[in-house]
This record gives sequence, structure tokens and C-alpha cells, in this order.
Amino acid sequence: MADQQEILSGLAEIVNEVAGVPVDSVQLDKAFTDDLDIDSLSMVEVVVAAEEKFGVKIPDDDVKDLRTVGDAVTYIAQAGA
Amino acid sequence: MSLLANKRVLITGVLTEASIAFHVARLAQEQGATVVLSSQARTLRLVERIAKRLPAEAPVIELDVTSDDDLAALPTRVGAHVDGLDGVLHSIGYAPESALGGKFLSTEWPDVAVAMQISAFSLKSLTVACRPMLTPGSSVVGLTFDATVAWPTYDWMGVAKAAFESTSRYLARDLGAEGVRVNLIAAGPIRTMAAKSIPGFEQFEAMWTARAPIGWDVNDPVPAARGAVALLSDWFPSTTGEIIHVDGGVHAIGG
Repeated sequence: MADQQEILSGLAEIVNEVAGVPVDSVQLDKAFTDDLDIDSLSMVEVVVAAEEKFGVKIPDDDVKDLRTVGDAVTYIAQAGA
Repeated sequence: MSLLANKRVLITGVLTEASIAFHVARLAQEQGATVVLSSQARTLRLVERIAKRLPAEAPVIELDVTSDDDLAALPTRVGAHVDGLDGVLHSIGYAPESALGGKFLSTEWPDVAVAMQISAFSLKSLTVACRPMLTPGSSVVGLTFDATVAWPTYDWMGVAKAAFESTSRYLARDLGAEGVRVNLIAAGPIRTMAAKSIPGFEQFEAMWTARAPIGWDVNDPVPAARGAVALLSDWFPSTTGEIIHVDGGVHAIGG
């Protein structure tokens, strides 16, 4: 069971790898699209990479609800990472 | 028996697990085929991740259908994994935002040209690039959305699909003597990444579900993928230049 901080740092690594966003910029209150400039295609890759890293499943229909990094961290934590 | 035993198939257009092409690749492997995927550079890493979710991880080669270099390198890149091709799936389309969504009368030519090149001309580019590897009896399959009528919101993508459909008939004409068949699946609307980029896509969903005599599930890419696998197989040996509708029957129903 990963804690929130572990999920956040794992997610930050993924966002950095996928979109080149500095790891330190990936904070809970940051919105993927508006703040981090992640487009829909990059978001798909972030989700796929997060599924692999945390061993969870994030259905397409749920992805649109993940507006901020915090939304994603909470989702992954609840999904059982 | 396996429909695609010993077949070597190049599959373009896998992007996510919802992609029609993903399910063609999955079913093709289940039916005995060896599958090679292609992706443009931008999505290469994503497609490599998705390729691991197939029954057997498939190699991914880089291919941008608008790049002469990539097209010229295709036989070498594919040849690193298989020594020939028995089938090709074209699942590629793109239109700039201005070309979709009800702005038909004001879309400018450069944007239309992009849609036409990537969505229609690319069937010719891809097929000709694969030609040195194609064996007699091989099958090229593409995915269209019925272009015989004007749809809401689909706009220049619809025009590009009309050109795509015509291109498949000319390819069927010119490659028939080499034993290469060229056919299309006209699928009903399916919620893929491509569909999400079409503004007003939901208009199709309700209408399709209501009109299809045998029903239609916009969340299920499998029927279209099965149709494509059937066309890749030896079970349509005398069919070319054809469009098979996998649309729940909507094309046959008026009103």
C-alpha cells in the first residue's frame, strides 16, 4: 500500500518522463491541462504508465474526472495502489 | 482452426486498448498471426506500452505516413521482425480542428489538405510502401465511416473518407494482378481516442443505437475488429474493392 507521498512522487516521475515537466512542478493542486500543459494524448500515456507503475486500472470514463494531480493521487490510492 | 495461421500482419493505428486496431491485433494473434505494430514518433512510447497488453507483446516500428523517409524505410523496419507480409491494417486518420465540428463552409485548404493526406492519401502511401513485402493472396484492410452521405459535424473528415473509399477501389484495381486484395470496414461509431476528438460525437451515438436493427454498442470495438480480421483471412478470397458495413445495419435503414 503506497502512501500519498509515494504516489505523488511516482506520478511526478511519470509526468516528467512523458511530458518533460520538472518533477518539482508536479504538485497536488496542479491541473494536468491548465497548469502542466499536458494534452490529451500525453494524458493517455500518463494514465497507461500509472496503471503499470501502481498496478491499478483507470477506465477511460474516469480519466476525465482526474483534473488535478491530487485527483489522480486520490484515485490511485483508492484503487488500491 | 485459426483464421490467420502463419499470417504476418502489419497493424497501424493502435493507440490505446480502446483502439479498433488494438482489437484487430489481439484477435489476429489469437487467430495465429504474427503481428507488427506501427506508430508515429510522437506516440511510439505509448504504443510500446500498449503493445505489452496484447496476448503476445508485438514489436512497434516507427511510421509517419506523411514521411517519405519512414515510408522508404518500412520494408527494412518491418523486415527486422517478419520476412514478408500477408496483411496490412490501415487505421489512420486525422483532421485539424477547423475541419470538424460544423465549420465546413469556412475551413481553409491547408487544413483540408492535411486531412486528405493523412486520412485518404495515406492508404496509397502505406500500401505502396508495403508492396515489396506483400505476397499473392495478401489483404489490405482499412477502416472507414460511411462516406456516401453528409453527417452532422464530421465535415471535411467525411470528404476525406469519401476519397479514402475511392482510393481503396483504385488500389484494388491496380494491385489485383499481384493477388493483393484491398477492402474496407465501414464501422458504426465507436468511442475511441479518434472519436473523442470529434466535437458532437455523441449525436451519432444516440441516433445509431436507435436506428440499428440489431443494435449497436459504441463502447464495443470488437465487431469492427472481427470484420477486419475476417477480411485479412482467406475467407474473402474473391472480394476486393469492397466496403463491408459493420454498423448494426444502419446503412440499410431509411429514416
